[in-house]
Amino acid sequence: MATITESQRRGALTHPDIEQHGEVNRDILKMLSRPGKGWWALLALCIVGIGIFFGSWGWQIYRGIGVSGLTSPVGWGAYITTFVFWVGIAHSGTLISAILFLFRAPWRQSVYRAAEAMTVFAVMTAGLFPLIHVGRVWHAYWLIPYPNQRFLWPNFRSPLVWDVFAVTTYFTVSAVFFYLGTIPDVAAARDASTGLRKKLYSVVAMGWRGTDREWHHFGKAYIFLAALATPLVLSVHSVVSWDFAMGIVPGWHATVFAPYFVAGAIFSGVAMVITLAVPLRKVFGLEAYLTTKHFDALAKLILLTSLIVLYAYLTEFFMAWYSGEPPERQMFWNRLFGPYWWATWIMLICNGLVPIMLWFKRVRHSIPALFVISIFINIGMWFERFVIIVTSLSHEYEPFAWGVYRPSVIEMGVLVGSFAWFGFWFLLFTRLLPPVAIAELKEVVPPRMRKKQTESVEA
Amino acid sequence: MSDSTSLLASFDFLDDAVDAIKELRKAGFSDDLTTYASYPDHDLEHALGYGQSPVRVFTLVGGLTGTATGFAFPSFASMDWPLVTGGKPILSIPAYVIPAFELTVLFGALSTVIGLFILTRLPNTAPSVIYDPEFSAGRYGVLVRAGGRADEARTILQKYQPVELREGSDA
Repeated sequence: MATITESQRRGALTHPDIEQHGEVNRDILKMLSRPGKGWWALLALCIVGIGIFFGSWGWQIYRGIGVSGLTSPVGWGAYITTFVFWVGIAHSGTLISAILFLFRAPWRQSVYRAAEAMTVFAVMTAGLFPLIHVGRVWHAYWLIPYPNQRFLWPNFRSPLVWDVFAVTTYFTVSAVFFYLGTIPDVAAARDASTGLRKKLYSVVAMGWRGTDREWHHFGKAYIFLAALATPLVLSVHSVVSWDFAMGIVPGWHATVFAPYFVAGAIFSGVAMVITLAVPLRKVFGLEAYLTTKHFDALAKLILLTSLIVLYAYLTEFFMAWYSGEPPERQMFWNRLFGPYWWATWIMLICNGLVPIMLWFKRVRHSIPALFVISIFINIGMWFERFVIIVTSLSHEYEPFAWGVYRPSVIEMGVLVGSFAWFGFWFLLFTRLLPPVAIAELKEVVPPRMRKKQTESVEA
Repeated sequence: MSDSTSLLASFDFLDDAVDAIKELRKAGFSDDLTTYASYPDHDLEHALGYGQSPVRVFTLVGGLTGTATGFAFPSFASMDWPLVTGGKPILSIPAYVIPAFELTVLFGALSTVIGLFILTRLPNTAPSVIYDPEFSAGRYGVLVRAGGRADEARTILQKYQPVELREGSDA
């Protein structure tokens, strides 16, 4: 006897407007048809941005790293800030696709494919920044752990080597996880398309037919991948935070850094999911798939992580005072009232104060309000990394080694261009792969039954 | 001829498909059944009586290989040219936990995918004769490799009112 499961019952409440499985295919695959003018305009904008990106980077390669504002004492500036920013953005995708999968959150299905794509593209963007930052990019392969001409290996006690392991693993695993999840949906797209697209999808779907054997092993493999990705996502930003926390720089050398960075990463990532999901919903008419319940759940995640982040900020200030260390105390005073006071206050207001509005249900249910708040958070989280990296390096122990760093135009060009690079891939994704997980959504939409169910699903 | 008859029934309703599978299994067709669905359905899996998937063995072996590699590789690299840095021991095991952890996840994930491909026989390049595009949209398919008992299987399948019932001597 086939019955409606608990997750299907709850899923039906989250998506009250979806009645049949066939509808899901029709609505989602419709998104892959001819793009409108808006899409082309955005794509053109992104291509211009990519031009700025590679133009700036090319100029830096041609003239040398001196065209950036990086100089003693601030050797890590906007590039590393943006690297950490994009790695952080990636995190919420894995949170939604892996951690919430293991927790069986009934609302994740609609957002997870887009969030996971966001992860892959954000890591792709982040991965460029170490290459940009090293200056002589033709030596970038020195990052890979292998022995030099004299058979000396890199120092495996260094967090920078750990970072190479963490980020490459994260990129590989999230790309594999993403690809695996799309296979059944690409098979659905294959069955519904013709011509060149059909050929393309046939290759990507690898002959998936949805047989019992395929689903059986697929389901198990997916659980194991989620179980592996869950600690991975927590580890990656911890390792990134240790790039800082392992150094004895005032403002960096703190044990709170790992959880602080992980919470911040999820905070910024969920905000980015909202920033992307709001236009996606509007343009493709996905109101039945991304309901206010989804946005409400995302907003609650933001609220939770914003509290953790705010707590970490306050802890940092408290510990600086309580430690009694003059350099540490001065550094934090300098953060609030020094040359970078504006960056610190942007960070505190955007990440600490603005999300307080999410305590109100009316704000959580208002999609325009959430969109605006999510943009504030994106800005605030970039500045958080800027504050951590730059204020600390500019104000270390020796007063004669203090200095002020200003990002150059080239660095700004690379920063702006990185958004275009990310947007370019995301736009292609929305037209080439089903942007909402069809098969997973069907798992939570009650199947068609001939016999009446004892429990009514229609609410 | 009749030795290799296969029947492919398409169902609109999940409970029909599930009940048909149960009856076919009772009639002794357990090893000759394949179902098609557009999403992983637990009722279908239960009806077919699946046990544990051996994917987990791949995950475990891959993960442990990764852990071992993650400790062995930095240890070897440090011993290859023993150079004291920061006054730390040449073999700094706590520091190697991080590469070991990352490689556990990396190898575990990759071997899970390899295991999945082996077990599901993907990529499947054989032409999909026994298939219907409707299976990826919403219908449920039940394929019976009935052998010489085609009539018996047909009777059972028809009892549950399939939308379509195809027969062939292929496969």
